Amino acid sequence: MAAAQHFSMRGNETIGAGLCAAFGILFLIIAGLTDHSGYAFHMVVMALACGLGFYAIVNRAAQGETRHEPLEINGRPNYEDGPIRFATIAAMFWGIAGFTVGLVIALQLAFPALNFDLPWTNFGRLRPLHTSAVIFAFGGNVLLGTSFYVVQRTCHARLAGVLSPWFVVLGYNLFIVVAGTGYLLGITQGKEYAEPEWYADLFLTVVWVVYLLVFLATIWRRKEPHIYVANWFYLGFIVTIAVLHLGNNATIPVSLTSPKSYILWSGIQDAMFQWWYGHNAVGFFLTAGFLAIMYYFIPKRAERPVYSYRLSIIHFWALIFLYIWAGPHHLHYTALPDWAQTLGMTFSIMLWMPSWGGMINGLMTLSGAWDKLRTDPVLRMMVVSVAFYGMSTFEGPLMSIKAVNSLSHYTDWTIGHVHSGALGWVGYVSFGAIYCLVPWLWKRERLYSNRLVEWHFWISTIGIVFYISAMWVSGIMQGLMWRAYTSLGFLEYSFVETVAAMHPYYVIRAFGGGLFLLGALLMAYNLWMTVRAVAPRAEAVPAHLQHVPAE
Amino acid sequence: MAQMYHLLASIAQSVGVLYFMGMFLAVVAYALWPRNRETFDRAASIPLKDE
Repeated sequence: MAAAQHFSMRGNETIGAGLCAAFGILFLIIAGLTDHSGYAFHMVVMALACGLGFYAIVNRAAQGETRHEPLEINGRPNYEDGPIRFATIAAMFWGIAGFTVGLVIALQLAFPALNFDLPWTNFGRLRPLHTSAVIFAFGGNVLLGTSFYVVQRTCHARLAGVLSPWFVVLGYNLFIVVAGTGYLLGITQGKEYAEPEWYADLFLTVVWVVYLLVFLATIWRRKEPHIYVANWFYLGFIVTIAVLHLGNNATIPVSLTSPKSYILWSGIQDAMFQWWYGHNAVGFFLTAGFLAIMYYFIPKRAERPVYSYRLSIIHFWALIFLYIWAGPHHLHYTALPDWAQTLGMTFSIMLWMPSWGGMINGLMTLSGAWDKLRTDPVLRMMVVSVAFYGMSTFEGPLMSIKAVNSLSHYTDWTIGHVHSGALGWVGYVSFGAIYCLVPWLWKRERLYSNRLVEWHFWISTIGIVFYISAMWVSGIMQGLMWRAYTSLGFLEYSFVETVAAMHPYYVIRAFGGGLFLLGALLMAYNLWMTVRAVAPRAEAVPAHLQHVPAE
Repeated sequence: MAQMYHLLASIAQSVGVLYFMGMFLAVVAYALWPRNRETFDRAASIPLKDE
């Protein structure tokens, strides 16, 4: 940059760089003091991240005044898309990583030799790596990216903060790296979907609070008086996840130099906290957040307003009122008091109404434009995702009924149910959103190839069908075998017989998962070529208003 | 402990139920109020008019 420019740092930059330096040193000290090698590794990784953060802030400050972006250019909001581009790429990367690990563990279940008798690659460690990679790394980056995109476009305002949005996306991905490597190294709280230990949890709390503040501050500076319904869903997701995370991770570390911690809650209270958290991770992370995507991207892509805005308001409030009570259905026939189990079941059944109301709202947005499903595979992907949403939110309440749960619980039926929601609903609506976002963010005319999207759609749809039908059959078979008695009152099958019986279904499931992964690889290639080879979009701005891209 | 439980349970079973029902009815009334129709019709088209 011009040497004449005076190097100066603003308040936020000084604070950011100072925090990076201070925490970097603290992490290095802890790394030196601890005798736990995995923890030391994590402290070094986090110290390294602090060093990079420090460098990035100072380096940016050295660019001089050009680094300060105006909020508006010629009366139009100057949107901040950098963190969104990063989150989009990260989502695709983690998605493929997570699907691959999923395929590996599916194959391990069919062919146990693939555990390789190594601690780092056994099923027990890879399984949380798979779930966290697809839910939190893939899904989380999709939510971060789309929420930052949608809140700006529907508020007609630039994203609040300068360093904060970058801290949110980079910090979140650092959390993912620490969490994921922790599982491989054997660092875990052993709580499903809440495996990361106390230091990762604390760091995520900071990231999440900053995320909430960035989101709220952007809404605060909106030019559009009404807060669009998608933002309500995003807010519900952000606020509730913060509350759940704090409640289920109320732990006390053994010491600053140990990765181990103990939770405040004990016994059945701890179990109830865990499944209050666990089910609302489904309800608010995997549902509310992705419904926000549905409410923005489907109308946008179909070029039609949402079917009923009034229904969307009722959908939102009914969903968040009911979901929060549904957790106890994970603890049927346990030490949890009966009334709490029944309460969880009742609220789960009531959830049918908002879920299907939302599904109808999403699908009917297409009314009068159904022909677009034939020509636009991206829109089709999102509409099929809403259909999967309807299907899995029908199945969920059904499985929460105690009598059904006594057959389905602990079997592969649960796995099939989860994957019809995860692959069909969350996966497809995310793919649809990313297919929309990449040409918009990189300012391309169109996607590289619609035919590849068609291939992606059909290959992964067939994959999902293989996956979930194999799990239905094996799950129900497993449940029936477990409860089968002989005429003399003995159990008819030993456990290992039920395991052996499932082998063919495990192979079919792995095949379905493989197809789903193949589809995602096609998608990544298509997106790569969209950025590389498609002509830039012609700006529709009149010549006298044209501006240089905000880079 | 048992007293505390009964206190909380009786609040949840009376005031709590009415509070939640009331909140939900207020939301429904807000969503269906005829005067809000225009606001919501405008709001529905927000995604279509960005950029």
